[in-house]
Amino acid sequence: MTQITLAKCKVDQLVKLCEEFGNQPGELINILHKAQGLIGYLPREVQEVIARQLNIPVSKVYGVVTFYSFFSMTPKGEYPISVCMGTACYVRGAEKVLDEFKRILKVNVGETTPDGKFSLTSLRCVGACGLAPVVLIGEKVYGRVTPGEVEKILKEFE
Amino acid sequence: MSYKMHILVCGGTGCRASASHQIITRLEECLKEKNLEDEVQVIATGCFGFCEKGPIVKVMPDNTFYVQVKPDDAEEIVNEHVIKGRKVERLLYKDPEKKEAVSDSKHMGFYKKQLRIALRNCGFIDPENIEEYIAREGYSALAKCITKMKPEEVINEIKLSGLRGRGGGGFPTGLKWEFASKYQADQKYVVCNADEGDPGAFMDRSIMEGDPHSVIEAMAICGYSIGATKGLVYIRAEYPLAIQRLKTAIHQAEEFGLLGENIFGSNFSFNIELRYGAGAFVCGEETALIHSMEGHRGEPTMKPPFPAESGYLNRPTNVNNVETLANIPAIIIKGANWFNKIGTERSKGTKVFALAGKINNVGLIEVPMGTTLREVIYEIGGGIKNGKKFKAVQTGGPSGGCLTEKHLDVPIDFDNLLASGSMMGSGGMIVMDEDDCMVSVAKFYLEFTVEESCGKCTPCRIGNKRLHETLDKITQGKGTMEDLETLKNLSRVIKDTALCGLGQTSPNPVLSTIDNFYDEYLAHIKDKKCPAGQCKALLMFHIDPELCIGCGLCARNCPVDAIVGERKEPHFINTAKCIKCGACMEKCKFKAVSTR
Repeated sequence: MTQITLAKCKVDQLVKLCEEFGNQPGELINILHKAQGLIGYLPREVQEVIARQLNIPVSKVYGVVTFYSFFSMTPKGEYPISVCMGTACYVRGAEKVLDEFKRILKVNVGETTPDGKFSLTSLRCVGACGLAPVVLIGEKVYGRVTPGEVEKILKEFE
Repeated sequence: MSYKMHILVCGGTGCRASASHQIITRLEECLKEKNLEDEVQVIATGCFGFCEKGPIVKVMPDNTFYVQVKPDDAEEIVNEHVIKGRKVERLLYKDPEKKEAVSDSKHMGFYKKQLRIALRNCGFIDPENIEEYIAREGYSALAKCITKMKPEEVINEIKLSGLRGRGGGGFPTGLKWEFASKYQADQKYVVCNADEGDPGAFMDRSIMEGDPHSVIEAMAICGYSIGATKGLVYIRAEYPLAIQRLKTAIHQAEEFGLLGENIFGSNFSFNIELRYGAGAFVCGEETALIHSMEGHRGEPTMKPPFPAESGYLNRPTNVNNVETLANIPAIIIKGANWFNKIGTERSKGTKVFALAGKINNVGLIEVPMGTTLREVIYEIGGGIKNGKKFKAVQTGGPSGGCLTEKHLDVPIDFDNLLASGSMMGSGGMIVMDEDDCMVSVAKFYLEFTVEESCGKCTPCRIGNKRLHETLDKITQGKGTMEDLETLKNLSRVIKDTALCGLGQTSPNPVLSTIDNFYDEYLAHIKDKKCPAGQCKALLMFHIDPELCIGCGLCARNCPVDAIVGERKEPHFINTAKCIKCGACMEKCKFKAVSTR
């Protein structure tokens, strides 16, 4: 097992979190949800702490983390950008908007800019199809976005 | 306290994204300034359905329906409408054909053909107030079941109603309940499948946001009928508002004694807990969903055993979709014979659709089964955006198919859609126009399936990947006629051999587009052209020197400075630099930019 370099207080919080769920392996997904809320993402060390607490193999935790798209093993940027790629947004040109973000930020989907400022993800339907195509930056929703507006939107965060 | 007037403001996700909560704050402030806060109540409701024109504000009792309201309009609504009794004309919906303002939603094309059963309370009540639900006969269905009906009578009523599962499969709900009721166990479970994964569909979310108690009541009724005391809602973690409203609703129901021990003084007890999904489309399949709730990877398993025999923690489990459940209380109150008179011979009741894409009225609609696609698209949906030509409508999400002009008069029901080469699915309905490339659409869905395949069975894991690669090749202009045969053969094999519903239906978008848009595939393969002008590899942007007046708008909007030219002189596109984003074409006012 690798050396844990996670701050001790975070480890304690994780241990406590698992205890709140009775260290039950059946609660793994609920625990991961809370852990991601606590740390921001689920790096290997976090998975190891949880596996030890629940007395299950790390491979099992890793299997679950990588299965579900909601869980991430890389930290998000300061301003996480999510471009909706649901069908409604897709037919209204979301792919071109996503391409423009990729081009300007020079990152691919699932990556974070080297300065840690922006991370780019695509997601499936936020349900605001009337505003398609939709882009979420943090909690803020941008509707009816065109590729030409992308640069202007990013400038808001400078 | 009795109010003289109510202002209903849509608090659904779509309208909240357009600042509807700020409208509420502003309305309340303005009312307070005029000392009207005791006479006029502002209520945040669930989705009205007319998302295209959101945020929606409705003033009761005169039923005035305001569209696209901004926080700054609040003052005028209070000063004019509330105080002086004059409608704010500029905020009323304008009928696009007659060009006149319509103030009552009943007379709008969008609502005329609709019949709301599952959505009966959405947009009428405050979803965070149980008393408003009770005032609209809420929980009286549960009371009727527990105090006046035997469990088998409830099941018979549901069977008689002809209700079929709204999640996609269309399995008769009453029969499902009957199976679950026959197995004996120390514990049984009722599961609500709220893992709405179909991209572009938001029916279930709107019901949970707008009328969470109807789902809770139905789960309790199901629990009573099959002998379960525990209910679980498996809900997407991406739906924070729906989660919060369900939590509030469960808490309120517990306080009112409508959940918990000895409900209505009987010996029936029922509790509900939430379980969160984590973004996996396959978890909409009931066995995968159950594995996910147990904390595992959401991989499906072979049926039988069906969940009715061995489901969550190996106990008998009944899984129903949100919309299915929302119909239950209405059926119990009004009777199976009321419900089974609505709809077609084999599909009873109504269906909620999330109407989206290239259509004028994007929104959430509920129509009786048997309504035609033409009525939905042209009368309710208001036709195609920007006067373009209708090309296809996609139903059933990634498992469904694309229907065309020739299917427009097909009455919508489970069997007719299947016979036309698509399926009902959960209710996503995406309209496409002449600018949409059907090969790209098929590729888009396959990309989704490849991403969401759990990887357990080979046909789905590898087969879909190959389908996607072949489609990609065609959109790159490198396809051959043999590829077309490969697509068809491989699709059939995947349909026959995949383990679960996801794999068995994933080739549908490919097969239906080949069937209905064969010429478009041929154009990509033989002529190396994309008729819709979507496939980038086959595109070349070009400025017509005859039409270009040299205004420079295209050059200013080009993100890569690929357009050059002197002012008032025709401009040119440097094709080596051009990234084919289409911004120039979108901006040009003289239609000088074209693709070839």
